Amino acid sequence: MINNRLLSIIRKEFIQIWRDPRTLVLVFAIPVMQLLLMGYSATTDIRNVPLAVFDQDRGSAARELLDAYRAADYFLIAYDVDSEDELRALVDSGDAKAGLIIPPDYSVLIKGEGSAQIAFVLDGSDPTVASTSLSAAQFIAQEHATKLMSNRLSRLGQPASVEMPLEVRTQVWYNPDMISAYFMVPGVIATILYTLTSILTATAVVRERERGTIEQLIVTPIRSWELMVGKMLPYVLLAVMNTLEVLALGSWLFNVPIRGELGLILLLSGLFLLSGLGIGLLASTIANTQQEAMLTVWMTLLPSIFLSGFLFPLQAMPKVLQLISYVIPLRYYLVIIRSLLIKGVGASALQDEILALALFGIGIMTLAAMRFRKRLD
Amino acid sequence: MSEIVVQTNELTKRFGDFTAVDRVSFEVRAGEVMGYLGPNGSGKTTTIRMLLGMLLPSGGSASVLGFDSTRQAEDIRARVGYMSQKFALYNELTVRENLTFYAGVYGIRSSDRLRDVIELVGLTGLEDERAGDLPIGWRQRLALATAIVHRPTLLFLDEPTSGVDPIARRAFWDMIYYLADEGVTALVTTHYMDEAEYCTRVGIMRRGRLLSVGTPSELKQHAVPAKAWDVHAEPLLDALDALERIPDVVRAGLAGDHLRAITNIGVKASHLRRALIGEGLKMVKVTRVEPSLEDVFLALAGE
Repeated sequence: MINNRLLSIIRKEFIQIWRDPRTLVLVFAIPVMQLLLMGYSATTDIRNVPLAVFDQDRGSAARELLDAYRAADYFLIAYDVDSEDELRALVDSGDAKAGLIIPPDYSVLIKGEGSAQIAFVLDGSDPTVASTSLSAAQFIAQEHATKLMSNRLSRLGQPASVEMPLEVRTQVWYNPDMISAYFMVPGVIATILYTLTSILTATAVVRERERGTIEQLIVTPIRSWELMVGKMLPYVLLAVMNTLEVLALGSWLFNVPIRGELGLILLLSGLFLLSGLGIGLLASTIANTQQEAMLTVWMTLLPSIFLSGFLFPLQAMPKVLQLISYVIPLRYYLVIIRSLLIKGVGASALQDEILALALFGIGIMTLAAMRFRKRLD
Repeated sequence: MSEIVVQTNELTKRFGDFTAVDRVSFEVRAGEVMGYLGPNGSGKTTTIRMLLGMLLPSGGSASVLGFDSTRQAEDIRARVGYMSQKFALYNELTVRENLTFYAGVYGIRSSDRLRDVIELVGLTGLEDERAGDLPIGWRQRLALATAIVHRPTLLFLDEPTSGVDPIARRAFWDMIYYLADEGVTALVTTHYMDEAEYCTRVGIMRRGRLLSVGTPSELKQHAVPAKAWDVHAEPLLDALDALERIPDVVRAGLAGDHLRAITNIGVKASHLRRALIGEGLKMVKVTRVEPSLEDVFLALAGE
């Protein structure tokens, strides 16, 4: 069905978008910027943590231990110091993030039946780095200890390889190398979709009010729904192009896999767009200026980003925040897009999230449509 | 009598404690160019917005082309043309694109019609200029074009000439007359007193109240029980002070090289002359004149 009025609005909106190259550039540049920033900087991978070593033993056994640390690329032995004070100074200044202290009698203690204690000092001011470094340090030491133990046993005439009473065989699914970008890129797609559609829709509607053109539109025979849909469709198209842009960049720069079906990804992204568009429209019915509209949308943006699981795991949050997160559409879409891209699951695994998004989208849209009337007061 | 196309009955709009339009009743007949005169903030725009269903009245009712303004707003909107105060144009769109957009919204696709309308408002040759780049007089013409593209028989023009230079204002009124000759009825608001003279009938608004309605000459003769005078005297400013001290003078003011005085109906020329000479003024000359609409308005407003 060709609706002349709807087509006119859509055409006009496209001309306006096209004639505003600054906004258009931003629309396509912001996702790239966000993707690069998030993909490269917001990484929780630990590599090359600068380590200061106070080796009081200086024997070959100590060197073997240090080689073990050197071999794993978690740490970079950056400083070789001669006193605890020196080590402390380096950690204080932040030049070293961790320190390893090997006692003077280390070689002697581990030669015989004895047990040596080494000290590992960590700068805990950045908990993310600290906790990962901590487990890495322990893991390396444990591995080395196991090796020493089997050497000891073989010297006692026992077979060189000894069965440990318990062994954990870990398997990391979907993202075996635990690359942060796999986690971040879908999140970036989700936040971009939400931010762009809500802000652009809100300002597009409010701009008409700010300039007074809404008055002229009201007196034309255009229907409210035509005005609403006509305003939204161009931005839906932009958002879809953005999604494809980020997907392409994500797989090109960060090798983020696209394991699910592209059609399903776009379809469910469209479903999520309903919420963003609805929020934008709703904001436009409240705000009188583009600035107000922008701020109103921002108000919903911050909780969305922090309480959706985009950056921080929801499971670790206080109960109250977890409850609030249920009313944040981004939360559901994040699960969907991460699962689709990284796990490659189908729609059946995501039924709950799809249902929640559909309910939200329809609910917010209905609310916005009810408030979006062709009147000034 | 031709048919009534706009009728209001005790139409009222309150915003909180402020009454923007206060029990306004008037009618517009087919073929008229009705002027709605009043200073900024007197309730003209609010009245038009209620007529078109953009604002809900707080009281009273209005009908346009036989349709109720609150319940049948869409029926009205499809049939009338409206040009708002702010010239609702998209600055980044060209003349043609603006017009095509509004035409499309009204379901008009004929490019002949677009060409005719552009010609009618005198924008031929400027079709590809951005609306935002046009001088204000031409923007105003484009705004008129968008308001008449669907051939409405009734036009609402809200302050169409505000901010436009006198020559462009005159040219714009010529276009209104042209449309009126074609059978279009127009309700035009303005705060320019001289423009009211161009109207078939004029309603005078002040602080939300419709003070008087009539043809310009009816208003001048009957709207106020007062007389208007041109007063020459030397020195002029002392004469102004003197006039203002006379109890029967409703108001007095400078009018170029002389003074204009509005007095109560019983005043005679000799009263004024004697009073002024008594104040020691020289070269006193008092002439009875027909009040202008401005005089009428000021007299009505001063009560």
